[in-house]
Parts: sequence; C-alpha cells; structure tokens
Amino acid sequence: MTMGSQKLTLTRRDLLSHSVAAGAAFVVGSGYVASTSAAWAMEVEHLQPETMATLIQMARDIYPHDHVADEFYAAAVKGYDNADSAETVESGIAALNAAAVGLGFVSYVDTGWERDRVDILRGMENSGFFQTVRGGLVTGLYNQKAVWPLFGYEGESFSKGGYIDRGFDDINWI
Amino acid sequence: MAAPYDMNDDSVVVIIGTGAGGGVLANELAQKGVSVVALEAGGRYLPEDYINDEWESFGQLAWLDARTTSGDWRVANDFSGLPAWIVKAVGGTTTHWAGASLRFQDHEWKAKTNYGDVQGANLLDWPIDGAEMAPYYEKAETKLGVTRTGDRAGLPGNNNFKVFEAGAKALGYKEVHTGRMAINSADYDDRMACQQTGFCFQGCKWGAKWSAAYTDIPRGEATGNLEVRERAHVLKIEHDDSGKITGVLYADADGNQQMQKARIVCVAGNSIESPRLLLNSASSMFPDGLANSSGQVGRNYLRHMTGSVYAVFDKPVKMWRGTTMAGIIQDESRHDPSRGFVGGYELETLGLGLPFMAAFLDPGAWGREFTTALDGYENMAGMWIVGEDMPQETNRITLNHDVKDQHGLPAPNVHFDDHPNDIAMRNHAYKQGAAVYDAVGATRVFPTPPYPSTHNLGTNRMSENPRDGVVNKHGQTHDIANLFISDGSQFTTGAAENPTLTIVALAIRQADHIASEMNKGNL
Repeated sequence: MTMGSQKLTLTRRDLLSHSVAAGAAFVVGSGYVASTSAAWAMEVEHLQPETMATLIQMARDIYPHDHVADEFYAAAVKGYDNADSAETVESGIAALNAAAVGLGFVSYVDTGWERDRVDILRGMENSGFFQTVRGGLVTGLYNQKAVWPLFGYEGESFSKGGYIDRGFDDINWI
Repeated sequence: MAAPYDMNDDSVVVIIGTGAGGGVLANELAQKGVSVVALEAGGRYLPEDYINDEWESFGQLAWLDARTTSGDWRVANDFSGLPAWIVKAVGGTTTHWAGASLRFQDHEWKAKTNYGDVQGANLLDWPIDGAEMAPYYEKAETKLGVTRTGDRAGLPGNNNFKVFEAGAKALGYKEVHTGRMAINSADYDDRMACQQTGFCFQGCKWGAKWSAAYTDIPRGEATGNLEVRERAHVLKIEHDDSGKITGVLYADADGNQQMQKARIVCVAGNSIESPRLLLNSASSMFPDGLANSSGQVGRNYLRHMTGSVYAVFDKPVKMWRGTTMAGIIQDESRHDPSRGFVGGYELETLGLGLPFMAAFLDPGAWGREFTTALDGYENMAGMWIVGEDMPQETNRITLNHDVKDQHGLPAPNVHFDDHPNDIAMRNHAYKQGAAVYDAVGATRVFPTPPYPSTHNLGTNRMSENPRDGVVNKHGQTHDIANLFISDGSQFTTGAAENPTLTIVALAIRQADHIASEMNKGNL
C-alpha cells in the first residue's frame, strides 16, 4: 500500500465523480481505495476495493476514535491485502454484508448509524474472522507511532534525557 | 582452573538461569572462589540494547517459548499461550522488573499458623522467619541500593504518584510514599540516578534500576570464577546410579546438545521452567521427576492476587512519565480477617504506554465503552494491586505432551484457579483503589483484570518436612543433596510483597550455605 501524496494522482473532483460511496472510505476506480477528503489513498492488489473499504469501516466500528482519521485504520488493516488472506477476508466481509442485508440494509457500509453496524458485529463477534480482525487491530492501530500523539502519548524518551527536566512531576491541579 | 571451564570438569557448580536467584547466586559463589558455570537460555542485552518501545522490547526480551494454560483465570482465555510475562535474557526478569523491594512482614513467614486452616488452601509455614532473614535482607538491600533503606533517600514522586498520594491521604491512608525501590535516587554503586524516563519494564537504559545483567553477572565474571554461557537451554539434569546429580544436558546456541558435568546443580529457571525441568528429567530411578518424592514439584503455583485500577480525570496526568512504579500504599498489607479475607495487599502505582494499555486494559473488549476509555489516556492514572494468594495443590505446572517446544520437549501447562480468598481480596482492592481515585475527582474508574503473571512462585516449595515440599530451608532438595532450587519457586507462600528482594536475599543466604558445605566436604 502507498500512503500520502505519492499515489494521489487523482484530484478531489476525480474522486467525487468516479468513486462509489463505501462508508468512511471511497472506492476509486479499480484497485484503489481513498478517503473522501482525498487525504490518502491505498492500492489494493488482492482484495476487492469494496472489500477493503468495508474492512476499514469495520475496523473503525470495532475501535471507534472520532479524532483518529481513516488513514490510520487503513494502515491497521492493509496487511490483509495479500494472497493468503484474501479468500478469508472476502468471505468474512461477505458474511458481514449478508448480515446487513438480513437486517434490511443494502450493505454493511450503507447503514447510516454506527449502532446498526455494531449490532451486526455483535452478532458475529465470536467468529474467527471478527476475532482475527479485532486482535490484529490491538497492535495494528495502537502500535502505530503516528497514532500516539493523537492520544497524547509521547513514546520514547531516553534520547531526550527522560522527563527529569521535562515535566515528570508537572501536574498542577492536584 | 579459571573460567571458561571444560565440559568434563565435574568440580563446577552449574547454575541454570541468571535472574534474581541464579544471577545473584552465581556472583556470590564466584566472589567466594567457587567455580561456577551459569547456563542462560537467553541472549545478553545491556542498557545500550534496551528499547523504549513496549512491543519491540517485548519481542526482544520476553520468554515466548511454547506454553499452554488452563483454569478459570482470565489469562487462560485472553493470553492462552502467554501465562507469564517474564524475560529470557542474561539477568532474567531483573531487566524487566519494576524495582519494588519490600521485605516480607513477620507474620507472612508463618501463614498456616497465623491464617489458620483456610478451606481449599494448601498453606504451610516457611521453615525460616523474619529474624533469620533480617541480615540477608540487609545485604540484599545494600546490593540493590534500595531507596528508603540504609541511608538512601526515596525517589521523587511523578504525576501518577501525586494523584495516587492525594487520593490515599484523602481516604485516610497513612503509609503512602514513593516506595522502597531498587532504583537509584542518587548515584550509587557505579550506577547513576533515575532520570524519570519511564520504560522501567523495558530495561533501564541508564542502569539506574538494579539488574543482575549489568551488576552481579559482570562482577562475577571479573573474578575469573564465573563462566556464563548464553543461549544455553538446559534440557535435562542427569544423575548416576546412586541418585546423585552428575551434570546437565543442554542445547547450545547452535542447537547442538552439550553435556556439562557438575559437582552441584542449582536450578533457577523461574517457577514455570524450574519444575518443568525437574519433571522433564524423569528417569527410571525417579519416574515422577527429580526431587519429587513429595509429589509437590510443580504444585502450589502462586502468581500473587493481582489486578489494576485505572482512572480517568478531567485534566492531564501523563502517567507514562517517570518511574513506572512510583509509589505505594501499604495500609492494606496487614493481616486483618475482618475485611473478609486472610493476608493483605499492596497498592503500587503503575503506568503503561498506549500500546500496552490497549492490550491490557480490558482484553478482548471493543466498541465505545473501551475506546472512550483510551480517549482519556492522557488524563489517566493507574495502580497495580499485589496481594498474597492462597497456595492450592491443583494450581500447578504440568507437562503438556501434546505441545512441544523448539527442542522437542513437552511444553509446560500452567493451570490456575482463583481461590475464594483471592477473589474476596481482589474485590476489596478494586473498591479501595477506586475510592483512592474517586477521592480526587476521577470521572471514570476501570477495575482492570490481571496481566500475564510477572510474579511466578511456589512450585518447588520450601518445607520443614520432606513430605510437604520439595526443598529444605536452604533451598536444597529434600531428595538429592547436590541439587538446589535457587529461584522464587522455593517460596512456601507468596506474602503480599513483590518477590525479588526475597529471592535475592535467599540467594545470598544459599551461597553462604553452599560454600560452607563445600568447604566442609559435605557437598
């Protein structure tokens, strides 16, 4: 997958005119998924673009952080775009969509309210597919160094001399 | 003959494992002129190698060999292949430990006498007591440079401690301070003072925290009497027709099997590997495993009653800054059955980074109840609960013949069920921990389940009577004179305190005993 501007040869207008709404992410043409804001795009080789877009939405619904942008969820699940995982992921997402259709929706990403998608996920939370995706996100999402500042976490501190002179005891409200 | 020693040199003491028990014992014996070969399954990592990154460090240091779990503890469900969070490296888990260095309380040496008969618990008194251990505790505190002992000052409190301390005082707790820690508050013993970096669990890059990896091990080696063989994983302890130990079979760094002869063997592989090794060393003479005439090898596995309490406030705390375990409340460590349980517990601050908080706050949880908790990460304070758990014969390490490790040997299975006393104590501690944070304005509190075990104890326990345990008051096995246990698996009961100081004190004491017995020609 390529993140950032390198693959962003499409303009925002191109995105809007060629893409199909697929939840938080948009499927762009064949083989691409991008965000609605055109802030990022990813190329998929083994998964259907719609599948990847649905997987990104599923990742957000499992660990929803409204201040964390889609690109971090996309990065967290990009590893499933490989020949070995493709069949499992396609069938897992197909099951997700089938459950959505069973509840009267067109597809998982076509639900509108998060609570409807959460209901669908609750119905399959003991499945191997759900648990694999959820378990993978624990490190896939929260161990991204680029995500840490969004939670205030400062990461490595040895190279800065620790916090002895940088506020280890700077609390001012207690 | 000076180190390195020959494989056929049967005058050496072989020590298996180089952590708080084995690493200290190796140095103490070497200082007394005893020839020692220490076999360490892991590699050698020093402060410059440690990594300020939770998962990367975990990959570098953690013991990740095949293990299985069973029982009603939640770890068996959430971390089924990782019952314990301990280290495979020269220095063992002294690289990872938080540094809390507390002596047992006098009553804890005699749990059976003081707690009485607790249904379902296999309680026993230690064959030693606080008076006998006092001089060894003092030596251990001096070795480790424990703060608030001797003339050593306490560490300064970080943000996480200040929240904890204010809550504790509001609640009326009296024994609240920044702990007795093997982390230098000032330069001491060629180690520098704490720089409040955090990442104590990932190995102290300043060397401010005591670890055998960069103190006892190199000092022992400098005597010329200690040879440490890294990546040497012991497979079996061998004996002769008289039942006397003759040496150990191990896999070297290249996977080749080697046989090191020995005059004495001391096992210090942690409370999972040590009993496993005795069980895997079964022979026609000892079909139930070595030193197991009591049937107690592997039994009475203790992991401390643990849990955590995290809380979110309306303002920042930044608990990851500074010492990971930065303070303690000791008021609940007393034995006071009116609380509904025997024994007591300590409350100690703890701060995890975001990656580990996501993994350990509520394993398996998802959705907004979980993610809104992490949204408050910057405003979070945290504490760990550590209390005495009840020994139970059925909590035990057994060989899982269906799962093999990388050397083809049966993996250990770790079975653990909470005792009702453990549950009652944990619930009490959750309530008190929450009250501490509520007292200073917490907006939300999280009673967090136990992590994979860091305090693994009790599986080769010390007993007066050979019928009740595996080793005598010196850690010498009841059955075989030249076979010793030198780690936390000797513990008869767990007490409420973090165990490392006691493991170190026992190792210093054992070194005196072994050297003395060798001099007398008894070993």
